Amino acid sequence: MELLVASAIGTMTAGGVYLLLRLRTFPVILGLALLSYAVNVFIFSSGRLAIDMSPILSKYGEASYTDPLPQALVLTAIVISFGMTAVLVMVSLGAFLEADTDSIDIDQTETDEDVAK
Amino acid sequence: MSHWIILPVVLPAMIAPIIGFMMRHDIVLARVTSTVGSALLLAISLVLVSMAMDGTTHIYRLGDWPAPFGIVLVLDRLSALMVLLTSVLAFMVLLHAMATGWDDRGRHFHALFQFQLMGICGAFLTGDIFNLFVFFEILLIASYGLMIHSGGRDRMRAGLQYVVMNLAGSTLFLFALGTLYASTGTLNIADLAAKIPDIPADEAGLVRVAAMLLMIVFAVKAALFPVQFWLPATYANAPAPVAALFAIMTKVGAYAILRIHTVVFGPGVAGTEGMIDAWLFPAALVTIALGAFGVLGAKRLMSLISFSVIGSMGTLLVAVAAFSPIATTAALYYMVHSTFAAACLFLIADLVVSRRDGDSLTPSAATVQNGLFAAIFFAAAIAMAGMPPLSGFLGKLLVLDALRDPGVIGWAWTAILVGSLLTIVGFARAGSALFWKSTAVEAPITETAETAAPNFATPAQVTPVMLTLAVLVALSVFAGPVAGYLEQTSVQLFDRSGYISAVLAPGGEG
Repeated sequence: MELLVASAIGTMTAGGVYLLLRLRTFPVILGLALLSYAVNVFIFSSGRLAIDMSPILSKYGEASYTDPLPQALVLTAIVISFGMTAVLVMVSLGAFLEADTDSIDIDQTETDEDVAK
Repeated sequence: MSHWIILPVVLPAMIAPIIGFMMRHDIVLARVTSTVGSALLLAISLVLVSMAMDGTTHIYRLGDWPAPFGIVLVLDRLSALMVLLTSVLAFMVLLHAMATGWDDRGRHFHALFQFQLMGICGAFLTGDIFNLFVFFEILLIASYGLMIHSGGRDRMRAGLQYVVMNLAGSTLFLFALGTLYASTGTLNIADLAAKIPDIPADEAGLVRVAAMLLMIVFAVKAALFPVQFWLPATYANAPAPVAALFAIMTKVGAYAILRIHTVVFGPGVAGTEGMIDAWLFPAALVTIALGAFGVLGAKRLMSLISFSVIGSMGTLLVAVAAFSPIATTAALYYMVHSTFAAACLFLIADLVVSRRDGDSLTPSAATVQNGLFAAIFFAAAIAMAGMPPLSGFLGKLLVLDALRDPGVIGWAWTAILVGSLLTIVGFARAGSALFWKSTAVEAPITETAETAAPNFATPAQVTPVMLTLAVLVALSVFAGPVAGYLEQTSVQLFDRSGYISAVLAPGGEG
């Protein structure tokens, strides 16, 4: 299981970084989403991987339990990254409608010409 | 338990939704509420400073859970100072935004402004590193809205870059937090500071990775080389009052480096000893050089000021990189100064640019109050470049005086002094193009020029700029008392055991 989780995090991070470096907004948004999935799984596994254990202390006997804190952290991280992705989609849509292009980098020569006008 | 500590977070958090939902169509009501809110925040931060003045570290337990289990807010001299800095700056920026009508050129300026203040104050007060991440996100999401306020093609595209850059930074922050939690089992700053020194150096690999990742995240916020490239496009295209408020945002990064890399990974920790300063120092030197060359090469006024902000962050972080109480005192003084100097430059630039044809550094017809604007710009520029008599000179002098170690002095002094010279040349060139040569250019007689009345700056528009200048003057006149407070601040910051015992005290002062 460790191998599966670790390779999944690694693959998603690699894909996310690759997409993040693309020139168009849509792949970049997908890349950031992939990166946030990867980091969510990563945080989740930072409390050690455990099977069949509840994150609650049992008052009946010695039942083992798993660390609840990473689960709380990952919940916060999911909510925040979800909201941020929504904001990013809206901002990139706004930029596309204003500029009529979805290229992510600012064409410096173009803006300089605008200034010179 | 004193509830004053939570107020800088709760007050804007209450005011912002009220403005956003109930006053969205009434700009006058929104302005009044926002001003009252900022004035109250200023009063609260003065109370906090007076509380922190006696040197105790005040703790506020959210939900009354004791420290390593619940989230705590920590008020010491440093966080009180930063909250005061934020509220003073915010008040002036708000006055400027209202006087120039920037807040009415788009929707929800005041609501976003209050959320921004909530995030910044929270980031300065929190004693938990995951909570720091949450407040970072709050201040960032508000800053996205402020950055693209009133829209426009270049602004939207620069805003998109800013959002993408910071989202990538946030992801990196989460990776760092996961690594830190996996290796220590806690995210409370004081608890981390207590546990990390016990990890032997040869087992601290993961801790070193986490420390370095956190360093990169904070470097993105502080615009440190090699992750400074988002700043010129963002600040140069943001609305000018927002850019002036963003002067505090880079300081959030510098504060986080000071807090985390002094208290948690600070001097004397076996696992990370000497690693952070070995990277931070050269990066800060390159940042100074980049800022200076950028100031020299800028074609637009706003990007010129943006590059001078990068240069000032470099100077600040060179002092931070020494990780010694004396250098930290100098860094704190320079931090207060450079915040107001940058804000002053952005505000005066707004007054000038809105009265001329764009912000390119070419002579065009002089504005009506050319003399007044030129005088203010001159004062702000000498403050930013570090010339006497304003506080920039004292700040740089303190920084230079603190960096006297034989291995450091050559590099640091050369970078700061040559950087200052280039900055002076760049500002002089910009000022002469904007104000001096402009007097020789005849105003083109167009229909609009004939019909429009001369666009005088009203006293309300000039007052905020004057206030920032007054702060700079006060900072140099009262340099002695201020430096005394900052000296105690850095002593308290380096007293790691005092911080740990105050936060983790079982029943103690709450």
